[in-house]
Amino acid sequence: MPATPFKIEIPDSVLDDLKARLERTRWPDELPGVGWGYGSNMDYIKELVEYWKNNFDWRKQEALINSFSHFKAPVDGRDVHFIHEEGKGPNPLPLIITHGWPGTFFEMHKVIPLLADPAAHGGDPADAFDVVAPSMPGYGFSDAAQERGLDVLAVGDVMAKLMHEQLGYDRYVAQGGDWGARVTAQMGHKHSDHCIGIHSTGVVAPTPYLGPGSEPLSEAEQGLLRQREQWLADEGGYFHIQGTKPQTLGYGLNDSPAGLCAWIVEKYRTWSDCHGDVESRFTKDELLTTVTIYWVTQSINSSARLYYETLHKPWEFAQGERINVPVGVAIFPAENSRPPREWAERSYNVTQWTVMPSGGHFAALEEPELLVEDMRNHFRALR
Amino acid sequence: MAATPFKIEIPDSVLDDLKARLERTRWPDELPGVGWEYGSNMDYIKELVEYWKSDFDWRKQEALINSFSHFKAPVDGRDVHFIHEKGKGPNPLPLVITHGWPGTFFEMHKVIPLLADPAAHGGDPGDAFDVVAPSMPGYGFSDAAQERGLDVLAVGDVMAKLMHEQLGYDRYVAQGGDWGASVTARLGHMHSDHCIGIHTTSVTRPTPYMGPGSQPLSEAEQGLLRQREEWLAAEGGYSHIQGTKPQTLGYGLNDSPAGLCAWIVEKYRTWSDCGGDVESSYTKDELLTTVTIYWVTQTINSSTRLYYETLRKPWDFAEGERINVPVGVAVFPAEISRPPREWAERSYNVTQWTVMPSGGHFAALEEPELLVEDIRNHFRQLR
Repeated sequence: MPATPFKIEIPDSVLDDLKARLERTRWPDELPGVGWGYGSNMDYIKELVEYWKNNFDWRKQEALINSFSHFKAPVDGRDVHFIHEEGKGPNPLPLIITHGWPGTFFEMHKVIPLLADPAAHGGDPADAFDVVAPSMPGYGFSDAAQERGLDVLAVGDVMAKLMHEQLGYDRYVAQGGDWGARVTAQMGHKHSDHCIGIHSTGVVAPTPYLGPGSEPLSEAEQGLLRQREQWLADEGGYFHIQGTKPQTLGYGLNDSPAGLCAWIVEKYRTWSDCHGDVESRFTKDELLTTVTIYWVTQSINSSARLYYETLHKPWEFAQGERINVPVGVAIFPAENSRPPREWAERSYNVTQWTVMPSGGHFAALEEPELLVEDMRNHFRALR
Repeated sequence: MAATPFKIEIPDSVLDDLKARLERTRWPDELPGVGWEYGSNMDYIKELVEYWKSDFDWRKQEALINSFSHFKAPVDGRDVHFIHEKGKGPNPLPLVITHGWPGTFFEMHKVIPLLADPAAHGGDPGDAFDVVAPSMPGYGFSDAAQERGLDVLAVGDVMAKLMHEQLGYDRYVAQGGDWGASVTARLGHMHSDHCIGIHTTSVTRPTPYMGPGSQPLSEAEQGLLRQREEWLAAEGGYSHIQGTKPQTLGYGLNDSPAGLCAWIVEKYRTWSDCGGDVESSYTKDELLTTVTIYWVTQTINSSTRLYYETLRKPWDFAEGERINVPVGVAVFPAEISRPPREWAERSYNVTQWTVMPSGGHFAALEEPELLVEDIRNHFRQLR
């Protein structure tokens, strides 16, 4: 079955219900004066919910979203939703760009025009890409798996099928961050017959081969592992619960839009290069469009399940195992982890390494120009 | 200021709102056929919510609760709620019995009558206790702290003031499990001028002195530490998020009664000796009375904050530091951890050690007779 065009049209009843729930929010208490020290700050979440209720215009955001060309195509019997924008240039290179958690395809809305139509934004039309920006299974408008085991590498396999079998691309490149980085790595690893190069903002995974015969860890690599451990202790609570008991968490988050908002927005603040002021990096509209997509698609529970599936299948490279296609890596300063190049080179054939001056985990939203420029540079060699 | 009598009377409006919210529950999805593996099973949570809406009679439970004598007394400027039942016997021994998370004072409703009035239940009036069953600060009907730092040891200090300063007991004993065990240990450690003995169902904390000169860990102790680590990885997600970002979690749980129910009831199933059938250990009424207390008092957020505060103040004993009052320990087979006696003896002056034939983490609800018998035996020598 071919891809079928798709338009996002959330029924009024869903939006009315959302607003009614927001109006009925039963706020928790909070210690006075602790800011974000114990989690999502109530003053800010209240301000955001107030805006969501009274000022946020979903129909306007929906129109923005629908200004892109959307499709659904079946892969392994379940629909995958994606934006598909044909490149405007002499020889557009097909590119799949995959979001992570708690992101959605919407995370790509700033970079898609730059990637598909560089000439319209002061760039070279020869840098044009045919852009595919999917929703991962169980995210946004893609169906969720109905059986166990769809870990992030299996998502990579789904995206490989989407690109090759559904869209007929014999030769494409891939980009991503967060879970999207692993999806991307899986395509460059297991699907390198068609995926000829990748670009990534997250190269902590896979765990490289570290057994006999491997290079001893450098000081910077030891620092990375220490930093990861500390980060997991301080910031990994969401990961731990989503990786072990996502369903226990899902009831509240799917029933309370304020709860969902607090759960998601805290990550945009903590993981971005915003120095504590989330709106220095994202507008309320951007934050709430993301949260609203999770709400109206009721996908927070299936999105969190990806942690469970992935945690139960560790991704470790054996001796000699490596991603051999050309790999471009962009290191943003406020990323959760900033691996040194030697760590990346254990698992990846790094042919471009860029340390960025600003930006964080949500690079496509935070620093679209920097990200796009780096992608263009990297993939130019593969055209 | 003296303790003032208190009666629990939840307004109809709160109960009506609860019912309306339950009727509007927006259920998440669930993988088919996975039972409780990904967290709280939806069939069961739906069944429980249906009962909560349609059959659960809060006024009946409230009457049961109000059949005990309730009081509030200020400690450090904040009200502590407690049940106070005078013992019926020749020489009742004062006893404070403290719940944990996700428990409440209600957890003690089966043991209080047995402890206060043994003769009415086939026991010896010489075993009677003056029973004090408090709500910890931020739990049930006790005020929450309004400043940082009220960890579980500070809760112990609050309970010591309640027993000695407010209730005037010069000589009392203490009992508890879960956080209540830490509260109890604190009473036996720092307040042994008045707290003359303790009984506990959990001796995992404090971390004993393990430096130079200490006994090497026995095999059973090494097994305990391995088991703790595995348990934390598989089951500790709730503790991790509550210990690091409780506020982020609190918005959803305080706004969605179904979410709150799923978050709490999963623990009653996982931690009890129920073989996977939670209702073999508790009735729906018992589970829902507990959840309803959290809901109507809006204390889920302040209750989880105790994890945050306590995680930041590790409790490690120095060389020679020990709890010297007589300590009775009951080890229930389905407890989360079952330390060997030699582990307990590093920190505790264990004078009674009982391995129970059945029961789990919520011993006072699961096995009230076994627990009471063990408490009586242990404290008989201290009368």
